[in-house]
This record gives sequence, structure tokens and C-alpha cells, in this order.
Amino acid sequence: MKFLFDSDTWQEIYGSIRKNKVRTSITIIGVLWGIFLLVVLLGSARGLENSFNKLFGNFATNSVFVWTQSTDTPFKGFQEGRRFTLNMNDIAALKSEYADEIRLLAPRNQTNNLIIKDFKSGSFKVSGDYPILDQIQKKQLLYGRFLNQNDINTNAKVTVISEDMYKQLFEIDAFPIGQYLKINSISYKVIGVYKPSSTIDFDGDCAYIPFTTYRKVYNTADNVDWMMITANEGTDIEQMERDVLLTLKGLHKVHPEDERAFGSVNLGKEIGKVTGFITGMQFLTWFVGIATLVAGVFAIGNILLITVKERTKEIGIRRAIGATPKSIRQQIVLESVFLTTVAGMLGVVLGSFVLFVIDMAFGQGEDATLINPTVNIPIILIAFVTLVVLGTLIGLIPAHMATVVKPIEALREE
Amino acid sequence: MIKIEDLHKSYPIGKDSLHVLKGIDLHIKEGEFVSIMGSSGSGKSTLLNIVGLLDIHDRGNYYLNGQLIKNLNEKKAAILRNKFLGFVFQSFNLIAYKTALENVALPLYYKGMARKERLKIALDYLEKVGLKEWANHLPSELSGGQKQRVAIARALVTNPKVVLADEPTGALDSTTTDSVMDLLKAINDEGMTVFVITHEEEVAAQTKRIVRLKDGVIISDALTKVAKAV
Repeated sequence: MKFLFDSDTWQEIYGSIRKNKVRTSITIIGVLWGIFLLVVLLGSARGLENSFNKLFGNFATNSVFVWTQSTDTPFKGFQEGRRFTLNMNDIAALKSEYADEIRLLAPRNQTNNLIIKDFKSGSFKVSGDYPILDQIQKKQLLYGRFLNQNDINTNAKVTVISEDMYKQLFEIDAFPIGQYLKINSISYKVIGVYKPSSTIDFDGDCAYIPFTTYRKVYNTADNVDWMMITANEGTDIEQMERDVLLTLKGLHKVHPEDERAFGSVNLGKEIGKVTGFITGMQFLTWFVGIATLVAGVFAIGNILLITVKERTKEIGIRRAIGATPKSIRQQIVLESVFLTTVAGMLGVVLGSFVLFVIDMAFGQGEDATLINPTVNIPIILIAFVTLVVLGTLIGLIPAHMATVVKPIEALREE
Repeated sequence: MIKIEDLHKSYPIGKDSLHVLKGIDLHIKEGEFVSIMGSSGSGKSTLLNIVGLLDIHDRGNYYLNGQLIKNLNEKKAAILRNKFLGFVFQSFNLIAYKTALENVALPLYYKGMARKERLKIALDYLEKVGLKEWANHLPSELSGGQKQRVAIARALVTNPKVVLADEPTGALDSTTTDSVMDLLKAINDEGMTVFVITHEEEVAAQTKRIVRLKDGVIISDALTKVAKAV
């Protein structure tokens, strides 16, 4: 190992690779490309994973949405095809029956209405909601506040509108809070402006008003269009979904095996599919990255072999003037290791730089498609060590080739 | 210095073998300036390769500096070459990407000498062959005669026992041939054993002893006028 720390060894290697610029750069590019791809692919996969996480991040992912459709089985004297609606009794029943499982339960009523502000108007969704909606689906408020319990209790005629609605209905730079709009000819005070989520959003541009106000204004009595349920941590969300539906079927005299009466979406299940996709993609990334890396190392071995052939005469000269086979082998293996190491470092640096550029281009702002595209240091180190080990092993082949040729034959080579 | 007894060497060619050296007896003493003459195919290059430990003989004895050469592995051969022998080739065989100075210093590197020291010694030898000013030039920037002088400096730098020159003037014109031969003579005058292979009579005539080879046997071995003059 002493030769490793001998400055002369490195002088020789430096001399030989500096004077063979073309082959040195080609060799370096081969490996550089491998590790570069690995870094960029892994980083991008990570960025995509992060952005998927963020996509679901402002939504409670263990949520189930439930609404009614029409029955598909006759039951208890009712014919099939019966339509029915959820009501506040269901909400109360579910809350008491599943007190342990359900964390949040938001009944919702929604309709579309013309909304007028002075001389401007537009047709938008109007939603009657409870303040807990903000906990299920976080609202990013630009101005003011979201609905609160006091608004519910007092049936306040207040509304929280989206940024686009604000831009459409208000003069530029007008301060929206405290202004009044007319929804269905009734005046509401604007108490907040929110920015709709750029990712998962079921509401779009929507004017939120208190659930109780909605009930009075639209005369919906106890009816509930649909509900969002968020489970507590550790609850089996699919089991809860089945239980809740069964309870509701009982309450509404629906056949227990009726498939159509209730519609429901389990957000957790949908996310599971995407997560599976990401896992598959990461596997693919690793596979492609490592395969490219190995290909790069083989390229080094290949080029070194050609090099050894090219340098047969030089090696012959060196041996004629006293180089031992061992010293020739050492030099070639060390050249291989040195080239892989330098190429690896350059690849990591270049890959990181490209990730940085990707981050600048796609990773900034709300709509980022790749967030924090990074690669872990341990992964880089593992890739690096693999590369150097493979570089050493592959260097042994040309090193051996260099020494099996007799010096006399090497010298004869023209 | 070099003692060869009944040396045989044959090369396999397909199923047959070509008998190149058919029993050579040769004794070269220290300080001699010997040339081996012969047409191509006479076996002179093979003889030089065996003497230079670049090739192995089949039969007979070879003593280098009193040491019997037998069953040498590559490593031992490399060490002996480095210690006792200096090579000068027809095609110079300088390493193209190293400067004249680095080329001369290379044998010392394999000897394990520190860089500063070996560059200093290499520069001394370059000065000796009159190329000190060209120390930092690449071989491609030198003329043929200059290249051969660099090669001679490289052969001398380890202070070997024998300098082996294989057609040292084969690639040179008559003027540079003379300058290279003058250099070899000067080296010999300092006491170095010089062993030259050539097919040029004028070159051989400048050495002190001519050994003529034909079809693998020595047909004559005589001192030249130069030697007699001394």
C-alpha cells in the first residue's frame, strides 16, 4: 500500500493521463454519465415523491367522502331506484356511534348561484360549511379569516370567497374584507379570501357560508348533500368506511348489500395507489441508475484495454528499462481507480448541479412538480464506493493484459 | 562481463520451429566495444534480446556479470535489466508524452530513486550528451540524432555494466550517425562495455571488435584497426 502514498506513483499517473487527454476524457465521460444519471434520476424521483406528499399534504389523507345515490335493491317495502338524502340525524348518529374512530365529520350542502358585487357578477358554487372544513382541507387565506363557530351560532350572513372570485368581482386593489356581495339576492359580508389548493381540491372556486345560514336561506331543513369524515390516527379507514355505510343503510332502510345507494370515496385508498406507483418508479430509478453505472465501469475497462493495446510499446519500453510487472499493474489499476474516482466526483457534482437547476425550474412555488429533488449522502457514498471497487476490479483485466505480453513482443509492436 | 556458451534459440513457427541461434560462444570482457554484424535473419537481434534479458534462450549458458542467467521470472529480469543493462533502440523508443528529461529519469524511477535526485542525475546525463538545453522538450520536438542521444542518456543514467544498442544508427543519416557513434566511443573510452548490433560496415568499423554472424553461428571474430591503433 506504500506506493499509494508515493508522490512518484501519482506523478507517473498524472503524466500518463494528462498526456492522453482524449482517452482520459472519454473514459471519464463514460462513468460520469452513469453516476450523473443515477444522481439525477434518484433526485428527480425524490422530488416527485416529495411533491406527491405535498399534494396530499394539505388534505387529511385518512378521509372518506359519502353521498347518496339511488337504491338498487327493493327493501322493507321500498322499491328499487328510491332516492333519499342524508340528514343531520345521520350526522349525530355517526358521531355518537363512532366517537372513537371519527376525528372530524363535516356535513356539507352545495349549490350554484349567481353572485353579484355592484355591477359585476358571476356564477359560482356556494357551499354551506362548518368551520371544521378548515381542518379537513386546510384553507390558505389571503385576507381575513375562515368561518367560525360564532358565524354558525348566529346564522351570520358572511362568506369566504376564492382569490379568483375576488379578482372577478372586485375592482383592482379594492380591499375585500367587510364588503358586501349578493348571493341569490341576499347580502353577505366578505370575511375572508382564500387561495384554492393548487393540488387536490374538490370545491374549486366556491363561496363558503355558514352551514346554518345555508340551511335557512336555501330552506334545506335537515338535509345534507354529502359529508367528509376524517378518521383518528390508527383507525382502519377501510373498515370504518364499511361500518359507516352499514350504519347509514340501517338508518335509511336500505338493503345492507345495496351497492348503489351510497357513493363513497376513500382518499387513503386512492393515495395508496399513487404511493405504489412512486415505489415502482423508485425501483426503476435504482435499476436504471445502477445498470448505467455498471455500463460506465465496463466502458472504463474497455477503454483501458484499448489503451493498454495502444500503449503496448510504451509498456515494453518501460519494462526494458526496468519496470517490474507489478509496477506496471499497479500503475494501470491505479489509473483505473483514479479515473473512476475523478469521474464519479464530477458526476456527483454535475448531477447535483442539474438537480439544482431542476429545482430552480420546477421546484419553486406552489405548483412545483418536483420539490426538493435531493439524493442522500449515504446513497451517494454507496454508489461511489461501488464505483471505485468496480473500477479496481475492471482495471485488473487490462493490467493483466499489459503484463502477459513479453517485453520483447511489446517492443516489436509498431 | 558477458559470457555465452553454446547458446541455442529457436522460435516455433506453426508446427515447425525456426532454429535461429545454433550454438554461440562469445565472451565479452568489461570495457569492450563490440559490434555484432550480420544480414537480417542472421540471428543478431535474437542474440541481443537474450543478452538484454528481453528473451530467454533454450539451451546453453549465459553469464551476466558472473551471474548465471537461468529460470528468471519477469520481476527478477526487470531488476537485472534495470541494474546492469542500458538499452538503445533503432527507433529510439522514447515515451512520447514525457520530456527528454523525464525520459532519461524514468529508469531511476523504477530503481526507486526520489524525484528530485533522479531529475538532477538525468540532467547531468543530458548535459553529457549535449542536450541540456533540450531537457524540457518532448521527443516530437527533437531531431532523430537528438532523440538517439536522449536514448543513450537514458541507457546510461542507471550507470549500467553494459550498454546494448540495437541498430542505434539505423534510422539516422550519415552526419548524425557519426555524432552518435562518437558519443558511444566516448562512453566506451570512459570504461563502459558497449555492445552494438548493426549491419553497416562503417559503423562496425568504428568499434573495437567485430563479431560476424551468419545463419545462427559466428563466422568471424576479430579486432578492428581502431582497437589495434590503441
